[in-house]
Amino acid sequence: MEKITKEVYLKWYEDMLFWRKFEDKLAAVYIQQKVRGFLHLYNGQEAVLAGSLHAMDLSKDKMITAYRNHVQPIGMGVDPKKVMAELYGKATGTSQGLGGSMHIFAPEQGFYGGHGIVGGQIPLGAGLAFADKYFKRNAVTLCYMGDGAVRQGSLHETFNMAMNWKLPVVFICENNGYAMGTSVERTANHTDIWKLGLGYEMPCGPVDGMNPVKVAEAVHEAVERARRGDGPTFLEMKTYRYRGHSMSDAQHYRTKDEVEEYKKIDPINQVKEILLEKQYATEEEIEEMDQRVKDLVKECEKFAEESPYPEKNVMYDTVYEQEDYPFLPHKL
Amino acid sequence: MRTIQFREAVAEAMSEEMRTDDSIYLMGEEVAEYNGAYKASKGMLDEFGAERVIDTPIAELGFAGIGVGSAMNGNRPIIEFMTFNFALVGIDQIINNAAKMRQMSGGQLNIPIVFRGPTASAGQLAATHSQAFESWFANCPGLKVVVPSNPYDAKGLLKTAIRDDDPVIFMESEQMYGDKGEVPEGEYTIPLGVADIKREGTDVTIVSFGKIIKEAYKAADELAEEGISCEIIDLRTVRPMDHDAILTSVKKTNRLVILEEAWPFGNVATEIVYQVQAQAFDYLDAPIQKINTADTPAPYSPVLLEEWLPNKNDVIKAVKKVMYK
Repeated sequence: MEKITKEVYLKWYEDMLFWRKFEDKLAAVYIQQKVRGFLHLYNGQEAVLAGSLHAMDLSKDKMITAYRNHVQPIGMGVDPKKVMAELYGKATGTSQGLGGSMHIFAPEQGFYGGHGIVGGQIPLGAGLAFADKYFKRNAVTLCYMGDGAVRQGSLHETFNMAMNWKLPVVFICENNGYAMGTSVERTANHTDIWKLGLGYEMPCGPVDGMNPVKVAEAVHEAVERARRGDGPTFLEMKTYRYRGHSMSDAQHYRTKDEVEEYKKIDPINQVKEILLEKQYATEEEIEEMDQRVKDLVKECEKFAEESPYPEKNVMYDTVYEQEDYPFLPHKL
Repeated sequence: MRTIQFREAVAEAMSEEMRTDDSIYLMGEEVAEYNGAYKASKGMLDEFGAERVIDTPIAELGFAGIGVGSAMNGNRPIIEFMTFNFALVGIDQIINNAAKMRQMSGGQLNIPIVFRGPTASAGQLAATHSQAFESWFANCPGLKVVVPSNPYDAKGLLKTAIRDDDPVIFMESEQMYGDKGEVPEGEYTIPLGVADIKREGTDVTIVSFGKIIKEAYKAADELAEEGISCEIIDLRTVRPMDHDAILTSVKKTNRLVILEEAWPFGNVATEIVYQVQAQAFDYLDAPIQKINTADTPAPYSPVLLEEWLPNKNDVIKAVKKVMYK
């Protein structure tokens, strides 16, 4: 794995803070009803993404996840203005305003969604890896899911085939404790999700998902295993989300104290402490980063606000590759 | 011209396309070492090897999704369901992912995939193994639905479906795999979305598709003896539907009977009825008649199954009704 240098910590701090503030901005404009639909925010889970990105070869590796998916494409290199515009339903969005919050796509940057059906992306992730193996591209797919998704049959069918065919894929469960409002304890007879890999003899284990260093180390080992041709790994990232499942979540299933406990091990604060402790950055330099983040979030909002809505024909033009598909009329 | 079986036509179509495009693979239960549950991929493992003709565990949801995922990343998969009854286990990947991916990604990701396998009844297999979901799939934007009725059409349409850049549902029949028909040696394709007039006639139009169209042929033979001339249109593609072919024929004959092996509620036939009344109302000399399976799950007992399925006598009765005879 590439060494975790001062530059890496600085990047982690600024990236994670940007993701956090980007999501906070979305929450704010959601309340103003500028962004609609469901809105699932990543706050608290940033170390999983930061550590994973450090372990990837961004020139060819791929990422796919579920519907908590706004910041992953940004981490993969997508212009955050386009992600913000997608949530505003604007023509300049990543999917031209057709996908919305749950369906961010940027295959050119290796980000394959953005999927709204719990567990539906798990076989897709294996399929991306299948193609990379088929074409001998030596690339690895990181396939993310929540703790709710691991109870879907799609996971078990996919684990079986991915192991049988030694597909170059890393399955990563972001266990934030709750499948919407249902805790892990209430949905299964065991709480060690990583052990689901054992039934398929898939290398597996738990990871401190609040610490980007631990994440990077675990993902690196898994990515290298996949790249060697030794097949998949299943990692359970123990993490936490500070906000509700979506914006309409009253969070009666947990206490405020529990949330506060996790904020004590907040990944951004952890990295900030390292920056100061190791004198990688001064307070002033950190403030400069904070200001840059603030400005960039503002820029994204402005871009989204000022962008035009899509033309009506785009909902037809994007359905089929066939250009003259004869759609049925739906009204007079 | 040489005569081959339907299953051979299917295998030829897949093999010819796989010879010219390395990104195509065939995946499904028993497709490789067993040579296909219905021998529709006979010899393909030997020719293309285990990397391109791939046996799966019994996991339709998983391998349908792996197919779609690989199509997002450069492959052109052919995914075989042993029957489309089993596709229901994997239908999330077909409806939510294959059909939607292109639009919800803003046109960035098309899914060039073929899901194929047999549809509808195949003898006394009863409720879970006798279902026809053409209208279910055809209801969903993003998909194309193709249902051939003979070996020639099967080969030409399947080759086009494999070359198509959108997801195609390609529906065959256990009871057609052994059917023989003339298929030329050389390459040919048949465009999707174009119906075929299987028999020209003047008195009444019969629209059908898939294996049940044979009942229309039998009915037309008997009716011809009585001096009634039937024009038989084979839709071949259910979505997109060739409405022009139907309307042109109805404007000529002024009478329409639709024969479809599917439950009667909200099916392909009702879509045709809507289109014809909307666009050719003044040309109709009689109310349109449609013939379907009974509005029940398929029964097992031979007596009940015979009653459940549409047959040539039902077609004759419907034709006579629209002829006021």
